[in-house]
This record gives sequence, structure tokens and C-alpha cells, in this order.
Amino acid sequence: MRSDMQDIAKQMRIDIVEMLAAAGSGHPGGSLSATDILAVLYFDKMNIDPADPTDPDRDRLVLAKGHAAPALYAALAQKGFFPREDLITLRKSSSYLQGHPNMQTTPGVEMSTGSLGQGLSVANGMALAGRLDNRDYYVYCIMGDGEIQEGQVWEAAMSAGHYGLDHVIAFVDHNHLQIDGDNSDVMTVNPIEDKFRAFGWNVMTIDGHDFDAISDAVDAAKASTGKPTLIVAETIKGKGVSFMENQVGWHGVAPTTEQAKEAVAELMAQ
Amino acid sequence: MNSATREAFGKALAELGATNPDIVSLDADLSCTTKSATFAKAYPDRFFNMGIAEQDLMATAAGLAACNKIPFASTFSVFATCRALDQIRNSICYPHLNVKVVGTHAGPSCGEDGGSHQAIEDIAIMRSLPGMTVVVPADDVEAEKVVHAAAAYYGPMYLRFARLASPTVHDEDYEFDLFHGEVMRDGTDVAIIACGMMVPRALDAAEQLAAEGISARVVNMHTIKPIDADLVEACARECGKIVTIEEATIVGGLGSAVCEVVAERCPVPVKRIGMPDIFGKSGPGAELLDEFGLSAENIIETVKSF
Repeated sequence: MRSDMQDIAKQMRIDIVEMLAAAGSGHPGGSLSATDILAVLYFDKMNIDPADPTDPDRDRLVLAKGHAAPALYAALAQKGFFPREDLITLRKSSSYLQGHPNMQTTPGVEMSTGSLGQGLSVANGMALAGRLDNRDYYVYCIMGDGEIQEGQVWEAAMSAGHYGLDHVIAFVDHNHLQIDGDNSDVMTVNPIEDKFRAFGWNVMTIDGHDFDAISDAVDAAKASTGKPTLIVAETIKGKGVSFMENQVGWHGVAPTTEQAKEAVAELMAQ
Repeated sequence: MNSATREAFGKALAELGATNPDIVSLDADLSCTTKSATFAKAYPDRFFNMGIAEQDLMATAAGLAACNKIPFASTFSVFATCRALDQIRNSICYPHLNVKVVGTHAGPSCGEDGGSHQAIEDIAIMRSLPGMTVVVPADDVEAEKVVHAAAAYYGPMYLRFARLASPTVHDEDYEFDLFHGEVMRDGTDVAIIACGMMVPRALDAAEQLAAEGISARVVNMHTIKPIDADLVEACARECGKIVTIEEATIVGGLGSAVCEVVAERCPVPVKRIGMPDIFGKSGPGAELLDEFGLSAENIIETVKSF
């Protein structure tokens, strides 16, 4: 694990807060909960090069929970796919940074997402293509925990198990909250692990804010053959900004300029 | 000759498999009847049965297309375009991925399975998606050429095939042009613009009308989107009235597409024949077509009613 991962993730969180404040709308809670996973993948695990973005051997990432686009954009900008100063154009009519990821407009975005539940199927398709072409790339898929209420996720879980897609490494960002409240109140998703295991997956549960744990889980996923891997990442919605943490109200509301200043000050001090 | 367009699809897909290693086929437990099984048998490594899961079918195809494969994702039209509409919209059309959505058993000619299985709204739905090309071949010869043209063209495409065998109206050496409708018979009194297996019925009607002194032009409008607007306009200007016929609802399909062009470029009377805002029902497919007025007789009556 590189020593500056903390700084990378901190910068991503600051960027997320600032771009959302500038946009005046968007989804901070689920962006901040997924930040550490994306930081480890983009800066430690994935074989990608902004200078060669169409390399057929590159790893792919499908942000199935497309509303966490700010976290993806923060990672891609810091990685060098586009200038960081463009982040504040998020959601503006002239911007290539759409409210949800758009592969047509944004460098580094591998799949357009937004309608929940479709990303895992897409990741499976990418893995099947890699298998056909004898390429060794991995396909990462980041799902939300509310997202797995979509029936298609279980169609895709069945397919990945059936086809033994061991180059699919999926995460559930398990922050326990969705728009209307706790998962357990809206629609029970647990036990996530047992369900995916029953569909033929290799399953792990980790602290989704522990860089080493994320990294080790990905290594273990790569070492596992014949099965797709699901990493249930236990996370905190709004992680890093104390007034947002575990607050369902911060699912889809942008901070004001004042709130953003307060959040950035807190993040800088971490 | 005289076989169903779905049979031609299966044959053409297998032909493509031999020459283009990027062609892949996906189906949802209907490969034996959509005829993708022909490809599956020849190229098992490039065929993926997704089970009875149409949403997964379409989005998996999107993932393959994102990695430069050319997926043909087939199932019954009604499931492809209704069950998996959101996947076609958001995972295929929105990112403009090169997926060929293949719908078979379209329209009431699907027959005995009944209204639940007879796609009538598929053309209208697919036509409304930005960037989607919609093609309805008239016979087996054209269907085979359509499949080859689809593989050669980059972009999302909906291909509509029928269950029933129907008369072949093209010679084997017919040159298919994806973006231009085909004038199959010239005429000056009325233009009959048809698609799919309504084309042979339109030709029959024109023949009978000729015997009565009415000169009917017959256009095979295989590609409904983007529609050949110049040809529609020419029909309006040169014939003065138009009858459209399609094995689908008259709401939003070929007839609507023709009316849109006519209204903007050269307003003339248009009468639309199709399913009049009703669902289909069980029965022998050929009989149902007649019962729903999808017949040469109804075309003739409609032409005379102007």
C-alpha cells in the first residue's frame, strides 16, 4: 500500500464536497462512503493509464451506484484523466461531468450508469469479453446496498456465478442507508453475504474505510479462481464529514457554501 | 425461400460468426425458437445463454459491446422491448453502444401464444430512443441482408423478426440499402408504405388495384428509423395520398413516422392500417392478421375509401 493513500482519499473527499457545493445538488453521503474503495482501486490496484485510456488490457470499473459520480470524478481527476479544476463544473449545462457517469462525455468513465441495478450485468459482459479475448484484466463493480434491492442484480449475480467470472470483483458499499431510511426499514437486504454465496460467489466482508483491508480483499479476490468475488464493504454514509456521517438526509442534498467550508476544514484537519 | 425472417436471422448470424470473430450472441432461453441456436451450435464459445433474465441479457450485451464485441441479443420482441426497456435505454442507447437488439415473434402473427406474447408497441418504443435504428425486414432474403448490414453498422439497432413463414418478395441478388426505402412497384394514384410481412400483402393489393385501374406505388420501408424522409416526401408529392400498413399498433410506429414526415414536408391525406390501439389474442397467426385487417383486402378497401 502506498504511503500517501490517506492524502489521496482526503483530497478526493475535499473535491467531492467542493464540487457538490458548487453544483448545488447531488449525492454526498454515498460518494463519501465509497471514497476509500475508489481510492485504493484507482491508486493502488487498477491497471489504468490516463495516457492510454483505451488500452484493451486495462482494468475496468463500473460505478453501478452512479449517483456516487462525484467520488468517481474526484478519483479520475486526481489520477489525471481530466483537470481537477473542471470538477466544479459538475452538473452544469456546459460540463462534461454529468450528474451520473456518462462514458460518452467523460474521460476514464467506462460505463454510463445511473439507473440502479444494471452495472453488475455490464461488468459481467466486460469480463466475458476479456475471457473471449484471452485478456487478463479485472472488472470492478461498485454497487450500493440499497441498489441490490433491484431484481436485475440477482439476475447478474446468477450469471456471474454460472459463468464462473473470476475476473469480476464487485463491492457492495454497505453504508446501511438509502433515501427513505435504513435498509432494514425500507427493504431488508441482509444477509448479503449468504445470498451471494448461494449464487456461487466468493464473499468477503471488510471495513470499507481500511485501505489495507480493501487492498488485501482485492488481492484475495484475484487469488480466487472459478468464482466471482463480492466484497461487502462496511462503510459509513457521509464518512469524513461529521455532520453528514450516518445521516440519511445527506443522501441527496448538496452542502451550502458555508457547510462546505466547515466540511473542508474538518477534512483538512484529519 | 418463403421462410420466416427469424429463420433467416439464425442463418445469417451463423454466417457472420464464420467471418467476424467479434460477433457474439446472447439469448434468454429462447435460442431454439429465435434461431440464435444455429450460431450457438457453430460457435459455442461466443454464445451466452443468460437464462430467463432479459434485463441481464441486455446489460450484459452492453458490457460486451463496451469491449468492442458486436453482440446480437435475442428474445421475443415483447420481452426485449418491454421487459428490458430500461436496460436498452440506459445501458445501450444512452452510451450509444453497438448492441443489436433482436426481437422475434413480433406482432399478432406470433399467433396462439396470445396477446401477452404479441409485441405491437415495440416499433413505437424503440423508435423513441435517441440513436436507435429500427429495422423490420419484409422477407427472409431481406432479413439475412439486414443482419449482415447490422453487423457492419456501428450503433444500437432493433431488428424485428416474425415467427410465421411468409412469401419471399426479393431476389437473392437484391441489394439492401439500410437507410433507403425500396420502391417495389411504381404507381401514381396512391402510395402504400409497408414493412415486414405486410409488404407482400401490399404488393397483392397493388396488383388487384391495378386490375381496377388504380395505380398504387408500393414502398418497402424496412428501416423505420431513421426513416427515408425523401422517399416519403416523394410518395406524398407524386401520389397525393398514402396508406401505411404495419403488423403493430398504429400509435407511434411506421404510420406515425410517415405522418410526421408528411405533416412537415408535404401534407397529404394518410390512412394508417395496423393494430388500432388494441392488444392481440390467441389464434392461428395468419388468420389473426386477416381478422385484424392486416390484409390485402383491407388495403384495397382503405385505398378506395379516400
